[in-house]
Amino acid sequence: MNAVARESLPARAGLGLKPEHYGHVLEARPDVGFFEVHAENYMGAGGPPHRYLEAVASLYPLSLHGVGLSIGAAGPLDTAHLRRLRELIDRYRPQSFSEHLAWSTHDTGFLNDLLPLPYTPETLARVSEHVDEAQQAIGRQLLLENPSTYLLFTESTIDEIDFLEAVAARTGCGLLLDVNNVMVSCVNHRLDPAAYIDRFPVERVGEIHLAGYDETVDGAGDRLLIDAHGSPVKTDVMALYDLTLARAGPLPTLIEWDNDVPAFPTLHAEAVRVDALLAGQAARRNHLKRAG
Amino acid sequence: MEFTASQHAFAQALLHADQPLPPGLTGARGTADEARFAVYRNNVHVGLTRALAQRFGVSEKLVGPDFFVGMARAYAQDRKPSSPLIIDYGDEFPDFIAGFAPARALPYLPDVARLEAAWTRAYHAADAAPLTLAVLAPLAPEDLATLILRPHPSAALLRSPHPVGSIWAAHQGTDVTPVDDWRPETVLVVRPEMAVNVHVLPVRDGLFAALLFAGGSLGAAAEATLAEDPGFDFGAALVGLLTLGAFAAIAQGDVP
Repeated sequence: MNAVARESLPARAGLGLKPEHYGHVLEARPDVGFFEVHAENYMGAGGPPHRYLEAVASLYPLSLHGVGLSIGAAGPLDTAHLRRLRELIDRYRPQSFSEHLAWSTHDTGFLNDLLPLPYTPETLARVSEHVDEAQQAIGRQLLLENPSTYLLFTESTIDEIDFLEAVAARTGCGLLLDVNNVMVSCVNHRLDPAAYIDRFPVERVGEIHLAGYDETVDGAGDRLLIDAHGSPVKTDVMALYDLTLARAGPLPTLIEWDNDVPAFPTLHAEAVRVDALLAGQAARRNHLKRAG
Repeated sequence: MEFTASQHAFAQALLHADQPLPPGLTGARGTADEARFAVYRNNVHVGLTRALAQRFGVSEKLVGPDFFVGMARAYAQDRKPSSPLIIDYGDEFPDFIAGFAPARALPYLPDVARLEAAWTRAYHAADAAPLTLAVLAPLAPEDLATLILRPHPSAALLRSPHPVGSIWAAHQGTDVTPVDDWRPETVLVVRPEMAVNVHVLPVRDGLFAALLFAGGSLGAAAEATLAEDPGFDFGAALVGLLTLGAFAAIAQGDVP
């Protein structure tokens, strides 16, 4: 239990580490719970990315987030990519490693998007094999993230939450709960986001993601939310997040802002907002404990 | 449909906007909506064109954002990244630009893009301490002549019939300063420490550097350069390249 605790991210707000903020972070050392990086941006041989990541990882807990493993692919995992991930994990010893329930590679190459898959016994078996293989290859547990989706599959027979829970039960992986993705998918598929959170196996969650979505309409004029990572977290997602905390208790929470990255103070203000919610939940819990 | 086949159909429809939606998709209304599938198509294109715009920022300034997006989309349509390492994406983009008919009015554009591609490679290249003058200084000229130097892992040499380094430098700030002196340039891109440097080499050192980078010995490179340019100063050229951090080590030859 001690080992797990030492290896965990703190239940605080974390931020994505962006190259434009390297210098500021090292000089100002802002009070941020942890930093997260996309693994694929640190797979070059050397140079400033590694130099800065070494420095930042010596000061802050680190979360490594993969965007290219393609765990939801029908085809085999890329063993060269698994080796690269292993090297990064051995080098930086991140407190968390996470990837997506999605696919991005195909015969034609890397498609650079997180694409959806049907939820069936066949895909459940494939995804579970891939998670097993990945955890073996990298020598640690991974957290699997719920996707944001814009379409559904007629052949899906398993509910998304049941699918994620089954993968976790079979492989021992943890889950990353992206609350913005919950809002995006639930609005897009006319589901109740609060009911999704109510049913989610929060005891398996090792990290939460928050981000800003974009909004448009589809061909029928229905609301269509898009996972955009280019703006502040929307009010409804913050409320859903607070609901998540009320159920799950305080959890490490990353604010994702990957496009049109603002100046650091704007990002940090988002972290402060999230830290306040986390502190509020922690205080309520302590109060309940004392009262009980 | 079997998983592999259905994922293949999804990928094909994703990559070809003229194709119908793949079978098996639906939505809350019980039908698959084109606009929803278009989000995935758009994500793929926007992600890749954005990656190219980040890497080839000066090229984008030279042609304007609209032209650049068109050119980047034409490239990305047939050339998806070969791995999830987007930091490598666009290595062949300069060659594509060279063959891209609408860009023919800017003959220097492919070389500017080559410089930008080299810049990113230098940024992510393996770290190495540059070979210093102190290692070579004690050697007698006849010992120097047989040495072959290994270029620094970050180093790339670009010999262009256009003032490619000056064009690149003119577009680094918000104000573009016009390039007055329109002549060929040899550019060294190198990252001896953490900063990537772009150097326009003295004209007469360009051939010498190119011969060394091609694996020629110091003596052979000096002789060939002198034959072209009797005013070439071997010592000054070598000191200049070493000072810029162009080499990592002695690849072949003995230092007594």
